[in-house]
Amino acid sequence: MREQHPIIAERFRDLHPPFAPQAAVVEANRCLNCFDAPCTAACPTHIDVPKFIKKIASGNLNGSARTILDANVLGASCSRVCPVDVLCEGACVMNHHNEQPIEIGRLQRFAMDAFHARGGKLTKKFEGRREGKVACIGAGPASLACAAELAQQGFAVTVFERRPLPGGLNTYGVAEYKLPAWSSLREIELIEELGVEFRFGVEIDAEKLAEIERDFDFVFIGVGLGAGHGLKVPGGDHSGVVDALGFIAAYKTAKITHTAGKVAVIGAGNTAIDAANAALRLGAEEVSIVYRRKRESMSAFEFEYEHAKQEGARFLWQTMPVRVSADGGMLEFLDCTRVDDALRPVAGSEFSLACDLIITAVGQSPLVELLESLKGVALDKGRVVVEPRTGQTTNPKYFAGGDCVNGGREVVDAVADGKRAAIAMVHELEAAYV
Amino acid sequence: MSEGVSDRGPNLAVNFAGIASPNPFWLASAPPTNCGEQVMRAFDAGWGGAVWKTIGEQVTNTASRYSSIDWEGRRMMGFNNIELISDRPLEVNLREITEVKKRYPKNAVIASLMVESKREAWHRIVQQAEDAGSDGLELNFGCPHGMSERGMGSAVGQVPEYAEMITAWVKEKARTPVIVKLTPNISDIRVIARAAKRAGADAVSAINTINSITGIDLDTLTPRPNVDGKSSHGGYCGPAVKPIALNMVQQVAGDAEGALPISGIGGIATWRDAAEFFLLGCGTVQVCTAAMHYGYRIVEDMIEGLEGWMSEKGFASIEDFRGRSLPRVTEWKHLNLNYKIVARIDEAKCIGCDLCYIACWDGAHQCIHRDRISGPVDGPVELHPPPPALEAATRATIAVTPIPKLDAVSRNGSKNVTPIERIPRVDETECVGCNLCSLVCPVEECITMVEVPTGLAPETWEERTRGGVVRG
Ligand SMILES: Cc1cc2nc3c(=O)[nH]c(=O)nc-3n(C[C@H](O)[C@H](O)[C@H](O)COP(=O)(O)OP(=O)(O)OC[C@H]3O[C@@H](n4cnc5c(N)ncnc54)[C@H](O)[C@@H]3O)c2cc1C
Ligand SMILES: Cc1cc2nc3c(=O)[nH]c(=O)nc-3n(C[C@H](O)[C@H](O)[C@H](O)COP(=O)(O)O)c2cc1C
Ligand code: SF4
Ligand code: SF4
Ligand code: SF4
Repeated sequence: MREQHPIIAERFRDLHPPFAPQAAVVEANRCLNCFDAPCTAACPTHIDVPKFIKKIASGNLNGSARTILDANVLGASCSRVCPVDVLCEGACVMNHHNEQPIEIGRLQRFAMDAFHARGGKLTKKFEGRREGKVACIGAGPASLACAAELAQQGFAVTVFERRPLPGGLNTYGVAEYKLPAWSSLREIELIEELGVEFRFGVEIDAEKLAEIERDFDFVFIGVGLGAGHGLKVPGGDHSGVVDALGFIAAYKTAKITHTAGKVAVIGAGNTAIDAANAALRLGAEEVSIVYRRKRESMSAFEFEYEHAKQEGARFLWQTMPVRVSADGGMLEFLDCTRVDDALRPVAGSEFSLACDLIITAVGQSPLVELLESLKGVALDKGRVVVEPRTGQTTNPKYFAGGDCVNGGREVVDAVADGKRAAIAMVHELEAAYV
Repeated sequence: MSEGVSDRGPNLAVNFAGIASPNPFWLASAPPTNCGEQVMRAFDAGWGGAVWKTIGEQVTNTASRYSSIDWEGRRMMGFNNIELISDRPLEVNLREITEVKKRYPKNAVIASLMVESKREAWHRIVQQAEDAGSDGLELNFGCPHGMSERGMGSAVGQVPEYAEMITAWVKEKARTPVIVKLTPNISDIRVIARAAKRAGADAVSAINTINSITGIDLDTLTPRPNVDGKSSHGGYCGPAVKPIALNMVQQVAGDAEGALPISGIGGIATWRDAAEFFLLGCGTVQVCTAAMHYGYRIVEDMIEGLEGWMSEKGFASIEDFRGRSLPRVTEWKHLNLNYKIVARIDEAKCIGCDLCYIACWDGAHQCIHRDRISGPVDGPVELHPPPPALEAATRATIAVTPIPKLDAVSRNGSKNVTPIERIPRVDETECVGCNLCSLVCPVEECITMVEVPTGLAPETWEERTRGGVVRG
């Protein structure tokens, strides 16, 4: 995974290619350098956008990357995966100026690519070690940001992750044409170099938690969400029906490099779109996105919808699966019905969609079992309840952030949560070990 | 104002100190006028005249010889050269002048001259240039590098006695009009203009290039342009020098002792630039850098644009508006101290960059505030939160990605109007009317400076201090 499989590399080329140096400077110069800039306010990690952009313009690339990293330790992956249309670029004043917003994401990537190419390292904010130990559960963006901040501040951090590699969905989930897995891993190496200890292949359960609770001052929960909801129709358990997250992780780890025939994707969120685009790039002849509501209710971002259309996916609105028909091991059809606005089947509208693979992408469920085993930690609809400014749960020993708290937003939200929690823990640790 | 414009539109032809030209756009003496082939193509493109690349004793030029100032990604906002005069044999230049004049009798060909400070040398070159057929002579007393080390160029142009002496030698011999090209590398340009006038010059041209070092390569630590590891100061020109040129032209044009027809030079790239030089009294303009940057073709718009503007204004010829702005340039002591204007922000146009806010706080008078919805009223600065407090408040907010599934947000983020809390407000009681905010505002006509009647009669500094009383 640290090296991209050639077929994956070929089929998942960068959606937004990097800037050439001169083009970056031209774009950087276009930025007005707003005061108390709205782009900065809109960024969940509050990166000082005009500051890092103007450093690109002046040729101070190292300073530019430091400005980014100061606010967001996963600034490299965020530059590639953030839905900038609804974040910084959506807030750019140029939108009111009859001009294209500044390409903040691509500029951020430019600065971070240069930083990595030069072998840049994360800097410590506190020299030496301080007393105080924190455990982070899960090695996704939330935990990574939390661990990095704590380590930079001189505290000992151990990250427990059930998978063999760190990064969570940054490594295993986001579309390869946005962020290749190797790029996610390269960024995390810098966090390891800060002295953060990683324990891979460790699935944390109630028993292990009890142990951890004894050995550490604080525990940060950054476990994200669990598996996707399955397809609850007759035949929905057929082996030709796969979960989008599994499918995506499989191609990102090059366990599959080819998809044949016709594919149906159930759901119309961002994950459904990623799965559909991936299937198309892997060679599927036809990909249909089946969604029970109208286009207006689709939960995918507008730009993702436009992108899927460009890639060649077709959308079947107000369509609901009723059964999966198979011929032994081979899928044959996804039988569907049209539904009305109240999701009631329209009589006589049934039809069969020929397909060789069905990918379900109808939302991830929370990791309820694990979360419920956290003593004194209140949950709300499967989400961990926290004090927003600190990420502290109702059990003061536990902090949490990322998808398991917000129900599934974006990488940058997880990073912001992780860092806020780390800063709150630093304050408490400083007070505890004076 | 509309009388006098014929149906055929304005007439751009000029007679400059006795030199007729189909239009007032001349190429300055420089690489674009290096040889006959170039000058003929320039005339084909529409240039009215050309001042030939300075001729004299043949020289050797260096490689490299140019460098420039780029500004925020725009190339050549300022241009610098260490080139000397023509590096081609004198006879070749003279032969080509003859050839060009033969083929383009209506266009103005002016020979730019520079030789050693000897009477016979000047007499000889004047004779040669005029025999070749040039319509006029320009004396290059301006070249600020290289030639000055050999006692020519600005070495002459900086000393009024030398300039007067050489101009007089030239006038002894010349049968065509003589233009003295002034160097800006002098504390008072009028001194040389007066010397030229005393010696009988027919016109002056201004400005030549300004002494400069454009920059240093931060890897090699060698200034630019690099000639085998070393550099030398050069002459600066291009868009960056226009304000300096305009000021010097105004100084000469406004000086009774030195006033002669002026050919304006320095940073001219468009008809707008040219119009400004005419408004300060110039009879022709000369262009170098813009033609080196984009080629001769730029003259097409210079002609068309100037004609369009003249028609709009009802000017039939250059003479109709030449020098019209001169009376509006005055000394500071004659400005009305009772004139008050304040900045006003158009809410509907504001994009919320808050550049006016920070400019006024850090660079002016702390009277723009971000409190359109709430907060203290006008008054002392202490009532308002300073810029760092606003930034800190923003950093303390929790922002999240708006997700259609989780939030009842508009699907595409908010690209509608500027939020009211980002639209600044001017405290008009404190505003001093300096213009700064309106200069930094990126939106056209968003901040306007509006007059506030003071009820006071106009009063200048001179009037105020006339009785020896000094108040404010
Ligand atoms: C298909 C898909 C595409 C996406 N695309 C984008 C995108 O383009 N841009 C964007 O910004 N966001 C995207 N997201 C959302 C983004 O990936 C998440 O919001 C983000 O990764 C959340 O980070 P996290 O740290 O909270 O959780 P995760 O990234 O989910 O990390 C949680 C980690 O915890 C581990 N874990 C869980 N339980 C245990 C346990 N019991 N013991 C040990 N370890 C455990 C998991 O293995 C995982 O590594 C996408 C999400 C999906 C599903
Ligand atoms: C490369 C170069 C060479 C020049 N050579 C001469 C010259 O030989 N004689 C002269 O009188 N002026 C010379 N000049 C000055 C120009 O004629 C002109 O005065 C100056 O460039 C300002 O005009 P601009 O801003 O349009 O370039 C030269 C300028 C440049 C850039
Ligand atoms: S809002 Fe746009 S123009 Fe203003 S600082 Fe941010 S990126 Fe630059
Ligand atoms: S004109 Fe000057 S003093 Fe007045 S608001 Fe603008 S910047 Fe401030
Ligand atoms: S500079 Fe202009 S656009 Fe920017 S905030 Fe001020 S008034 Fe608005």
